[in-house]
Amino acid sequence: MHAPLFEFLLRQGDNTLILSHRVSEWCGHAPVLEEDIALANIALDLLGQAQMWLGLAGEVEGAGRSADDFAMLRDVWDFRNAILVERPNGHFGQTMMRQFLFDAYHVELLTDLTKSSDARIAAIAAKSLKEVEYHVERSATTIVALGDGTQESHARMQAALDDQWTFAGELFETDAGDTALNEKCIAPLPSSLRDRFDARAKKVLGEATLAIPDTSFAHSGGRSGKQHSEHLGHLLTQMQWLQRAYPGATW
Amino acid sequence: MSKPPPTARNEWPLWEVFIRGQHGMSHRHVGSLHAPDAEMAIKNARDVYTRRNEGVSIWVVEATKITASSPSEKGPMYEPALSKVYRHPTFFDIPEDVGAM
Repeated sequence: MHAPLFEFLLRQGDNTLILSHRVSEWCGHAPVLEEDIALANIALDLLGQAQMWLGLAGEVEGAGRSADDFAMLRDVWDFRNAILVERPNGHFGQTMMRQFLFDAYHVELLTDLTKSSDARIAAIAAKSLKEVEYHVERSATTIVALGDGTQESHARMQAALDDQWTFAGELFETDAGDTALNEKCIAPLPSSLRDRFDARAKKVLGEATLAIPDTSFAHSGGRSGKQHSEHLGHLLTQMQWLQRAYPGATW
Repeated sequence: MSKPPPTARNEWPLWEVFIRGQHGMSHRHVGSLHAPDAEMAIKNARDVYTRRNEGVSIWVVEATKITASSPSEKGPMYEPALSKVYRHPTFFDIPEDVGAM
């Protein structure tokens, strides 16, 4: 098994899976019907992507594990998602801020992955990119509308940005495995996506009249699996309970 | 002249949504939705009405911008056309491969 490749696929799969679950928590609770449906669509897009990434991870591992096995039968320390995506939804503005920060990273990553030397990765990226280009357009529009909205919506969005910004940095963390994949042109260095992310964030958040926090600190521990936040375990108890309570159940 | 209904506070305007199912067909009214502006109305329409691959093009029109015929004028508006069968092009045979007209 190619260990860095497996790790890379888990990271893509877990980011999309965990964010999908978080976004799906809005189903039936969003402030308006139209947003409810839009969020459900985004959650389903991300779930589809997770299925592809984790399915490929299973192939690469070669131990007979399926995407479902990865999603439902691993515990917190096995997950490789960034902490940003496991954080609780908060209010609608906080959810949209988290979404924008992830989308702005995701769209750059997928753009580069469409040129991967691994044809399977390039194919998943090409399919995902069409979905994510829409995600980022939608979340950016909402960020601008709320940031440059009323005094109250502006204050809430600034607080949401202050709260989330230091969790975005982890998405660009680069380790030896990333370097190994980059040398084979399989995946870009996460750190190489940062400039394009910053440019988009600056433009959109500027239009939204929001100030980017003046700090380079970044929370860490999710993508390495070393230290997730306390929220992931709670999320898993809900996401996995059926398979845990009724092992092997199908429908 | 009737007064326009009072707008509820914080209520987004209503938009009527038209979708073209495939190239060569015309846009058809599919329903309505709420959105703060035209751009968001298009996005919402995409999410609400095209998630099962229904369309290739979307139009949105603010519902208040539509002028509709009045149901009370049904008689003079439509009944005169009832007795004029010669206006229907049913006396021509149209080959099937012409497709939608």
